[in-house]
Amino acid sequence: MADDLDLVFKALADPGRRLLLDRLHAESGQTLGQLCALMEMTRQAVTKHLKLLEEANLVAVVWKGREKLHYLNPVPIHEIAERWIGKFEKGRLEALAELKRKLEEKADG
Amino acid sequence: MADSRFVYVTYIRTTPEKLWQALIEPEFTRKYWVETWQDCTWQKGAPWKLMAPDGRAIAGGEVVEIDPPKRLVLTWQHNDHPELTPEGHSRMTYTLEPQGETVKLTVLHEMDKPESKLIAGVSTGWPKFLSSLKSMLETGESLEATRTWSKGK
Repeated sequence: MADDLDLVFKALADPGRRLLLDRLHAESGQTLGQLCALMEMTRQAVTKHLKLLEEANLVAVVWKGREKLHYLNPVPIHEIAERWIGKFEKGRLEALAELKRKLEEKADG
Repeated sequence: MADSRFVYVTYIRTTPEKLWQALIEPEFTRKYWVETWQDCTWQKGAPWKLMAPDGRAIAGGEVVEIDPPKRLVLTWQHNDHPELTPEGHSRMTYTLEPQGETVKLTVLHEMDKPESKLIAGVSTGWPKFLSSLKSMLETGESLEATRTWSKGK
């Protein structure tokens, strides 16, 4: 599990790769050529970034005939939200519940 | 692009057989797919229905292709929805591929028309249900947000 998330966080740590994900979010299912046309990056750099995004499972590839289409895969982002943001949210809610309990105890006493 | 398509991929530490069972059997889907279950005999050409816990069929279609535990293709149309029902049938494909100690599950949901509202609509659900399915198979517990119908809707 930790390894999977390491790859995701590493992949997200680069502004160029985040931009690629934004481009795929705007229009999912693009070829390398389409993505290169939109990016101020060499084709080699885009290829390299896409490979890392694929390894992190943030980009999924579907072949349609001879075209390799890149899709944004939202599942790992959702897992981060669940495991990290959701977890902190839970702590905050528990702290609030505890505060309420204490305040009510005082009111009773 | 003349069609609408979303792709979801998750790697789950399990076997293709267990994953297949979790994708099909009501006792499993109810846990990670907001208490819904599928009414189907799981044969090629058989009708398929996605059932809400209140007994309504919220979507339906038929089994186009079935090859357990590797591949399942369904047609999928939403029922009783003013915007989604008129769009007609979408196509949903599960592909299961063993990769080392994990199984790669790919869910392809597509429709032969641009900017389908159905495809956009299910795109908020799939990441939740797939994360929860992974959690259920790996830890024994699905994610809380997907355990009940009202919360998950």
